[in-house]
Amino acid sequence: MEEGSIGVGIEQKAGNMGVVTVGLEQAVNWARTNAMWPMLFGLACCAIEMMSAQAAHNDMSRFGMELMRASPRQSDLMIVAGRVSRKMVPVIRRLYDQLPDPKWVISMGDCASCSGVFNNYALLQGVDEVVPVDVYVAGCPPRPEALIHGILTLYDKVRHEKIGSWV
Amino acid sequence: MSEEHLNTTLKSIKERFGLHDSDLMKYPPTLIVAPEKIIEVSQVLRDEFGFNFLCELTAVDYWPEEEPRFNVIYGFYSHANNVRMALRVPLNGDYPSLHTLEGVYRGANWHEREVWDMFGIKFEGHSDLRRILMSHDWEGHPLRKDYPLGYEEPQFTFNYDEIDKRKHHGRYEEA
Amino acid sequence: MTEPLEVNYQELKHLVSERALKGETVLLNMGPQHPSTHGVLRLLLELDGEVIVNCVPDIGFLHTGIEKNMEAKRWELAEVMTDRTDYLNTTGNNLAYCLAIERLADLDVPPRAQAVRVILVELERISNHLVWLGTHALDLAAMSMFLYCFRERESILDIKEICSGQRMMTTFFRPGGLWRDIPADFEIAIRRFLRMFPGRIKQYEALLTKNPLWMDRTRNIGKISADDAINMSLTGPVLRGSGVAYDVRKAQPYSGYEQYDFIIPTGTHGDVYDRYLVRMEEMRQSLRIIQQALDKLPYGPFRSNNRKYVPPPRAELGTSMEAVIHHFKLWTEGFKVPKGAVYVPVESPKGELGYYLESNGGNQPYRIHMRTPSFVHLQALPLMCKGHLVADLVGIIGSVDIVLGDCDR
Repeated sequence: MEEGSIGVGIEQKAGNMGVVTVGLEQAVNWARTNAMWPMLFGLACCAIEMMSAQAAHNDMSRFGMELMRASPRQSDLMIVAGRVSRKMVPVIRRLYDQLPDPKWVISMGDCASCSGVFNNYALLQGVDEVVPVDVYVAGCPPRPEALIHGILTLYDKVRHEKIGSWV
Repeated sequence: MSEEHLNTTLKSIKERFGLHDSDLMKYPPTLIVAPEKIIEVSQVLRDEFGFNFLCELTAVDYWPEEEPRFNVIYGFYSHANNVRMALRVPLNGDYPSLHTLEGVYRGANWHEREVWDMFGIKFEGHSDLRRILMSHDWEGHPLRKDYPLGYEEPQFTFNYDEIDKRKHHGRYEEA
Repeated sequence: MTEPLEVNYQELKHLVSERALKGETVLLNMGPQHPSTHGVLRLLLELDGEVIVNCVPDIGFLHTGIEKNMEAKRWELAEVMTDRTDYLNTTGNNLAYCLAIERLADLDVPPRAQAVRVILVELERISNHLVWLGTHALDLAAMSMFLYCFRERESILDIKEICSGQRMMTTFFRPGGLWRDIPADFEIAIRRFLRMFPGRIKQYEALLTKNPLWMDRTRNIGKISADDAINMSLTGPVLRGSGVAYDVRKAQPYSGYEQYDFIIPTGTHGDVYDRYLVRMEEMRQSLRIIQQALDKLPYGPFRSNNRKYVPPPRAELGTSMEAVIHHFKLWTEGFKVPKGAVYVPVESPKGELGYYLESNGGNQPYRIHMRTPSFVHLQALPLMCKGHLVADLVGIIGSVDIVLGDCDR
């Protein structure tokens, strides 16, 4: 039960029978954050840190990301880990379109957020030119703890979503 | 490292084909070869002197110098004698062409595709000369010196609109 | 929806065989986003049922224009980009770049710096082989290996963090030596690692080497003969798996490798299983080298004294005018490397990594070309995978150990 919810008298009675009441928004947002599966989209060096974050030392499964799905149709989060070159842009956009709603995008690392060290002809200057990004994680590459912090920030954002903004 | 093998190789190649040393390359020892003779020289190197390994095939652009504009560098290694040497081929003109080395060393295939993609140097007789690193409809050859770096200029408040006009804006929309 | 990439049929007809055009074989796209291609590699497969008739790799999805971008930066600032080409072998890339500059500029490197460089490069070799083993085993469905290998890798990343503060892209080697002297707990951490690691290699071998499932999936797959390999310019464990004992550390030693005693493992058949055995043995030999280098670690300066290239220590700035001037020139203009060109080969964990560096006397590189092993090895992929099944292709790609950042730069 979230703090701030008004205790209704029925809850004490119903609690003994194993029934809790909660707002619809809270319930759906809780369900969405607790089992958000990312799509395997590691492009470059940040992908290695993403794999480190999934491995045993810093374990992302504690936060609901039990496994990474290869197919976009079966995942709801796209962590763009690495630099996006101009040849790769139609591919990214297509994968984003194939993700079913609700979907979120984390732009991991400097190259995905703003092209990092590489300011030249071959790279997209920030992946937010093609897909809408929810959380930017800085670092080159960001430590696994930083990525986990980014994921928790995303969860925070999802928990505060309202019914009107759902798709 | 058998120095004698390297020295005898360099001496006989120089005498046979009339080549000079390159004083620009400090290591490995390099000879300058004219574009027409490169296939012959590399064939002789591979068959007679045992340089059976092509380490490197790349090019340099010397724009705005016109003579030569490009220099193509071939690096060779001999497994049996453990020596390295290199050849440099000067080329002029904006879209020069050279005969392909694919018949002598199969590993030259992708190297030549990359040199075509990045510099615009055509290789005659190549089995599959397409762009390899840039997308297939890219215009221009990026590693030439007259190709701009293409960087994004930082937009401050005083020049925001002026840079915005020059900037490339994506046309992608949400499905 | 966005329009798909328009590809001209006529341009690509020569890549596929006649049977595909008649519809007898299937053309399958193993796209840039795929769990088993270790990065963004696109393969066009021509399949007859499940048997591969031909495979055309399509690269360039990670092309970053590093070579051109380095021409716009000064020599010491451009080193940052060398880390990011082959991101699993960051210290090896730094070493090749620094060796090339030192060759051109005739800089001396003190023996302490050489020994520390060797230690860090060999640790990086082990770390690369661990990632290779983890992802290769993960592709061939031995998932727990992935978790074990990344656990070991955390110890190595901790050592790199002790030296330089960064886990992966350290840029710890500078022209002339190291960025700063190694701290006191460097030796303690490495000795702890050297005690712990041989037992772990034994565990991995117990899991995989005599495992009938592993042997079934890797024996007689992806064979390439020694002659074909040399003609296709292959190097590294792929060449050594086919029987040719060529290692740049023994053939043209650099950075003090001639003092250390190690063997070069080779295979016989040239298949995936032999490359696996070669890499496991290489990890052991790397441990030997680290042990010897650490035991012999000499005292002394950690960077060259040549003030034209190396900034003076800050204590000197209060007393010496020349030191202030050198500091000023180095920070505003950067050092100038004399005119010349050089090609320096180095043994990276994947093969022969060569840096071709050309300078025209200025403070910016005139041309840098990285001859990367992954680019060259991918050419040989169609040769290795003809006649195998699609499931074997995954094992072959894993055994060649490509890193797309290395391939596309």
